[in-house]
Amino acid sequence: MRLIVDGKSIEFEADPEMPLLWALRDLAGKTGPKFGCGIAACGACTVHIGGEAVRSCSLPVGQVDGEVTTIEGLAASGKLHAVQQAWLDEQVAQCGYCQAGQIMSAAALLEANPDPTDQDIDEAMNGNLCRCGTYPRIRAAIKKAAALKTAGI
Amino acid sequence: MASVAKIARRTFLIGAAAVAGGVAVGYWYISRPYANPLEGGLAEGEATFNPYVKIAPDNTITVIAPRAEMGQGISTTLAALVAEELDVPLDMVKVEHGPASFAYYNAALLEEGGPFPFYDQSLMAETVRGALGGVSKALGFQGTGGSSSIRDGFEKMRQAGAAARYVLVEAAARKLGVAASELSTANGAIEHKASGREVAYGEVAAAAAAIDPPATVRLKDKADWKLLGKPQPRVDMLAKVTGAPIFGIDVVLPDMLFGTVKMSPRFWTKPVEADLSKAEKMPGVVKIVALETSYGHGFGVVAENTWAAFQAADAIEVEWEAAEYPADSAAISKTLQDALASGDGSALRDDGDVDTAFADAPRERLVEAAYEVPYLAHACMEPMNATARFKDGVLEIWSPNQMPTITRYLCSEAAGIERDKVNVHTTHLGGGFGRRGEMDFSIYAALLAKEAAGRPVKVTWTREEDIRHDTYRPAAAGRFQARLGDDGLPEALDMRIASPSVIGSALRRMFPSISPLGPDRTITDGSHNQPYAISNYRVTGIAADIGIPVGFWRSVGNSYNGFFHESFMDEIATAGKTDPVELRRKLMADWPTAVKVVEKVAAMAKWGEPLPSGRAKGFAFTLSFGGWVAEVVQVADTPAGIRIEKVWIAADVGTALDPGIIEAQLVSGAVFGLSAALGQEITIAEGMVEQSNFHDFDAMRISQCPAFEVAILENAERMGGVGEIGTPPAAPALANAVFTLTGKRIRTLPLSKEVAFA
Repeated sequence: MRLIVDGKSIEFEADPEMPLLWALRDLAGKTGPKFGCGIAACGACTVHIGGEAVRSCSLPVGQVDGEVTTIEGLAASGKLHAVQQAWLDEQVAQCGYCQAGQIMSAAALLEANPDPTDQDIDEAMNGNLCRCGTYPRIRAAIKKAAALKTAGI
Repeated sequence: MASVAKIARRTFLIGAAAVAGGVAVGYWYISRPYANPLEGGLAEGEATFNPYVKIAPDNTITVIAPRAEMGQGISTTLAALVAEELDVPLDMVKVEHGPASFAYYNAALLEEGGPFPFYDQSLMAETVRGALGGVSKALGFQGTGGSSSIRDGFEKMRQAGAAARYVLVEAAARKLGVAASELSTANGAIEHKASGREVAYGEVAAAAAAIDPPATVRLKDKADWKLLGKPQPRVDMLAKVTGAPIFGIDVVLPDMLFGTVKMSPRFWTKPVEADLSKAEKMPGVVKIVALETSYGHGFGVVAENTWAAFQAADAIEVEWEAAEYPADSAAISKTLQDALASGDGSALRDDGDVDTAFADAPRERLVEAAYEVPYLAHACMEPMNATARFKDGVLEIWSPNQMPTITRYLCSEAAGIERDKVNVHTTHLGGGFGRRGEMDFSIYAALLAKEAAGRPVKVTWTREEDIRHDTYRPAAAGRFQARLGDDGLPEALDMRIASPSVIGSALRRMFPSISPLGPDRTITDGSHNQPYAISNYRVTGIAADIGIPVGFWRSVGNSYNGFFHESFMDEIATAGKTDPVELRRKLMADWPTAVKVVEKVAAMAKWGEPLPSGRAKGFAFTLSFGGWVAEVVQVADTPAGIRIEKVWIAADVGTALDPGIIEAQLVSGAVFGLSAALGQEITIAEGMVEQSNFHDFDAMRISQCPAFEVAILENAERMGGVGEIGTPPAAPALANAVFTLTGKRIRTLPLSKEVAFA
């Protein structure tokens, strides 16, 4: 089986029914996407496929159609993505376990909607659970990232 | 408070050790220093000064922050304490957790294990604190919990930095042939201003490590702090926004296998009959192993990848024994109610004469209520996991855990090898909340590694296994009565609280040979030690043994006692026609620290000012882990249900070392408490937990999250903890707001069983 992950072609043998998440973590060595629930209920495993946010724990690897981007491939040519920079500036993460998924969801949101309202943020981010309660800083960081992107930084 | 004489007659429980009233550990033993665990593992040319500081010739400065980083920011603040005295910027320091070692004992973890409230600074209270801290040191009890890390590390970490700086300066003085008093330090270098010469720490580190520091070193005055008292960027933030492999579940080792467990869904029971044949034949399965441990019985699967292990575990067919405990939630509730009705119990607060005060109370002056709360799971975002390798007689364990030395001990026991053949590597924790103070996930990995022919095995639990095999926040029930005086204030308050003992349950799984002695103070923690002056005031805890494993859940007993005590205080305020904030001002007058946080939060929330219709506020206060915390919650009635709009928090922690991290922890603690109050409960049917994943055990989502406004005060004389203190007042402040909004007094959690939330 061949997948393009974070811009690189990766070849591995897998049961096509294996969720993409486990193929990435156990077979492709991409531990950035996290296992949280296995039923698409927490968002920790979120990756991009063709630019869309997808819960990789519930997508059979055999059905992946498009290039996969994980948190590990979000920063382009050594520069943090605007969302990552905003996360750093706002000091969002606590335990940090859900944050790869949060950042991937936020990056997809801003791609589709460069200037989201609070309600847009709630809708796009509601599938991403955080037990540390970093939500107020997530909101602030998404707004900051939107501003960074608009300013072309 | 119960008198000293009453306490002296009793015994009480602390952590994992049962200690009689006076602690019989000699000073020589308590003060015995442990060897520096860094000495065995130094890199070429690297020098170590004490268990907390290493410096390499290239000036790489490594600080050991030996407490589990689970999001509370402890690695950042512990490193800042060392960096402050070492005179280096925080970004110059590499921070590591370090090995499991007795040298990293946490004295503060047990210090408050005695029966005294935090504000009691009597000789007896201070003596017991000192003695319990000594027990922790004597046991080499390395642990992260009880919001204790900074209280433990405040002096120790600064002294480690200052002592290292002292010998570095001394070594530089010898090298430069000048007096140490002519030298100054900055940015990891020693400067002789008079001659313009400069020596990097790394250049003299080896020579410095050979110099004995003096017995006492002078620490900086607070006014001279450069790092402490100001928000610092977290040392692990970049790793966390780039998806770096820092968590236990991210461990990757050469030739690694993957595994999972399927433990009996009925606690403590064994399989009656099991058919492994189907599972064993599945592709990718290497081995299936029966597990028998003090945590439970079941099976472990070793496979070529995690997905194969999950599927094989699913395919194991087992019939489990019946439960030996009350098998459903109704029977558990009845056990709690029976315990309340019994005459048993232990009163850790017994002021005045409560029985006499109620004997002649007129009916109209009485306030009575019954409360009950359910079991709760921790539901850390990172499911339980650990990785182990057993090779050449040595067991290596990579574990996201809160108790490295006990993990090492129990894994050595389970694997049947000497303790010094076990190395515990503590990774970052994807949430802890007390769950990762347990050893089950490490023990299971150790046992599977023993069956893997020298190959490492990463053992990851499914979310279902995680929710159904937790050490739960105990269910608890309370019956309370108050007698009001002419002024509407309580003349007498009697609280009876029944709950399974967390300490007793923890001993059963960690140290089955030790019998619990005496009352478990956690049963009434948050009710028996609050800063309220009421003439006749009694709080009785009754241990109701139920058999479901219970454990340390963020804020432990305070998590439900905060709800009991502060909801009932609100009932007293309503019945006595006193404003809830005014009630506290009067009853807390002897504790100015408490009054100041109450007044601060009231001012922030504009308490008392009229609100538009369909909105209401609720108030609550809890002193826990030395943190004095008042919260106001504002709710609004919306077509979709009740919405939590805003939360104001005022907290006094004595000395605020990092206001940014403290703010984050207060919000985090409140969200944790609100999550539980909104909708969480663990129920039991046929001896098994009914919930299994986030669809039926959810937590607050971003759309439900209110805006927060936080104030940090520093009036308290003693330093308090931070990690848990935001949790206890959150549920009662919400319930009290819902009462004001709807007129409905809800005395059970979660509140969503009575009202709908947006």
